Amino acid sequence: MRHIISLLMENEAGALSRVAGLFSARGYNIESLSVAPTEDPTLSRMTIVTSGSDAVIEQISKQLNKLVDVAALIDLSEGEHLERELMLVKVRAEGAAREELKRVADNSHGRIIDVTEHIYTIELTGSCAELDDFLEKIGRDLILETVRTGASGIGRGERILKL
Amino acid sequence: MELTGAEILIRCLQEEQVEYVFGYPGGAVLFIYDELFKQDKVKHVLVRHEQAAVHAADGYARSSDKVGVALVTSGPGLTNAVTGIATAYMDSTPMVVISGQVPTGAIGEDAFQEVDAVGITRPCVKHNFLVKDVKDIAATIKKAFYLAKTGRPGPVLVDIPKDVSNHKTNFEYPASVTIRSYHPAGKGDSAQIRRAAQMLLEAKRPMIYAGGGVVLSDAAAQLADLARLLNFPCTNTLMGLGGFPASDRLFVGMLGMHGTYEANMAMQHCDVLLAVGARFDDRVIGNVAHFAEVPRNIIHIDIDPSSIAKRVKVDLPIVGDVKLVLDELLGVLRGGKQTPDAAAMGAWWKQVEDWRAAGGGLCYKNSTEIIKPQYVIEKLHEITGGDAFITTDVGQHQMWAAQYYRFDKPRRWITSGGLGTMGFGLPAAMGVQMVNPGATVACITGEGSIQMNIQELSTCKQFHLPIKIVALNNGYLGMVRQWQEFFHGNRYSETYMNALPDFVKLAEAYGHVGVRIEKPADVEPALKEAFARKDDLVFMDFRTDPTENVYPMVPGGRGLSEIILAEEL
Repeated sequence: MRHIISLLMENEAGALSRVAGLFSARGYNIESLSVAPTEDPTLSRMTIVTSGSDAVIEQISKQLNKLVDVAALIDLSEGEHLERELMLVKVRAEGAAREELKRVADNSHGRIIDVTEHIYTIELTGSCAELDDFLEKIGRDLILETVRTGASGIGRGERILKL
Repeated sequence: MELTGAEILIRCLQEEQVEYVFGYPGGAVLFIYDELFKQDKVKHVLVRHEQAAVHAADGYARSSDKVGVALVTSGPGLTNAVTGIATAYMDSTPMVVISGQVPTGAIGEDAFQEVDAVGITRPCVKHNFLVKDVKDIAATIKKAFYLAKTGRPGPVLVDIPKDVSNHKTNFEYPASVTIRSYHPAGKGDSAQIRRAAQMLLEAKRPMIYAGGGVVLSDAAAQLADLARLLNFPCTNTLMGLGGFPASDRLFVGMLGMHGTYEANMAMQHCDVLLAVGARFDDRVIGNVAHFAEVPRNIIHIDIDPSSIAKRVKVDLPIVGDVKLVLDELLGVLRGGKQTPDAAAMGAWWKQVEDWRAAGGGLCYKNSTEIIKPQYVIEKLHEITGGDAFITTDVGQHQMWAAQYYRFDKPRRWITSGGLGTMGFGLPAAMGVQMVNPGATVACITGEGSIQMNIQELSTCKQFHLPIKIVALNNGYLGMVRQWQEFFHGNRYSETYMNALPDFVKLAEAYGHVGVRIEKPADVEPALKEAFARKDDLVFMDFRTDPTENVYPMVPGGRGLSEIILAEEL
């Protein structure tokens, strides 16, 4: 089953490689991983999308917690949470397709942020599944380039991960 | 007054009461060695290979309650140390390893003797640091010692670039340390402990399974009190030996791949299992699915939450320091009126005794013609009064030592359990002897393993370490040969040790005493004579039966009750 694990870790050189190394050394899946400093520059917030049986997910959480640099951890998928991913997608926009692409982007709350005679670059934010849907709507024939950040997650309401 | 990084490092080691550092000099640690030279509080033991420095620090730590310290140079110094670091990590030894690094300006440029020490060691340390600023040395060393010895202990690496060791700053050793992202477990959850007490009291077929955590937590007394209070059978893992007295009637021997029949059968068929500082590894419970076929309630006490429910489902987890948890558990049990069900316990003990009889105990056919390795260990136990510090290498001799040298005290048994590192025994014995001067220290080894760090005979000479080397020389890499005999059609691929050196002459060449023993009748006199030589290292080359196998045996991937006894073959 898919899980979103969110953690706070010391913003130190090598901290990211400890997490990445743990996943490869123990054979855990990583679907996506995103990381950046928080409002406190000494802390980084990381969101990991992974999958596995309940036992595997329990081990992943424990092993992550065991890393000395990891200060706090939450499995967001255990409760109500929000999940967003940013995508930039460059598409061939020519002739009749230009209008159609604009309409599809608008419908999905995408923004066209760069335009040339032949190309649109569309920015879109949403859940991972929503981004997948959008790509499917456009169709692979028109897509020139896709960049995705991986999911960022946060708990709903009072669910807060903080030191 | 401002001090250099190297001076600060040595002052930190002094503050940590470090008596011995095991190491090997090199370019990147020249400033550090210069400062070692200028003082005499921290003594340095010059090994002949960096791997040995780390194993020596490991033996030093395991046989005491101190943190082992090793010092190596950059590049090959560090890579040579990695096997030692991984060994310490697998067996949770508290250790600080200091490595030199190329100057900060050269890092990443493929400089001479440069290696990414933090990257290479990351999967086999509890934590590691690269110190980029001299101002951080003192706080980092403080953290390193704190991390190494608290919680589940482990090795911590501190990598110090050469220029940092020569930069200057004010020195102040922090009085205390807190790491906001690190909170080692202490006491266990009281409600869980009360539940555990109830579960133990209601057991019909209880079993205590105790591992290295008991030794690390210095909880042997608590464990013995608990087992005796409840009259429960107790087994030890390889790492746990000595954590429960082998001579106690409640002890059913070591369990696992080469454990006793009664320990493995009781483990398989118990209804309540109390696991204490042990981690259900593959050499202990064999096949996980087979183990799970018998329903039982498992209580698991461990300081490391990730050890709990890693391989088997646990019904009652208790995260905490083994000693503190056992103390509290004992308090609950002593405070209550309930005692275990006498009738059920009587029946269970009868069953355990039946297994003990059926398994025939640990046994071998002795011979008057050829030396049996088990006989050597039995005699060694007798002659040393069971009170020696025993280190081993890895293989058949290690299993026979575990089976036949019946340990009554913790921290006497020093072996590489998790990583299974050949070459561990002799350097580990050096560390043991250093921290226990005057004590009897024996290294039980084989002709294969001893050659992996044989150069340390030179270190032993320099530092007057009167270690007794008990080499069970059967001419084969015996454990591999045994598997080849059982599972690979007797095809002894590369396990015959051709062209062995003359170990007697070799010992003599290093300035020690060497003796070759070829007849069973000579075993006892040779051991007596060797152990009477209090000031000499004696290398005993016992020529043992090359066909002898280690029994009992649970073949890899099989269940505990699928154990092979000697007579079945």
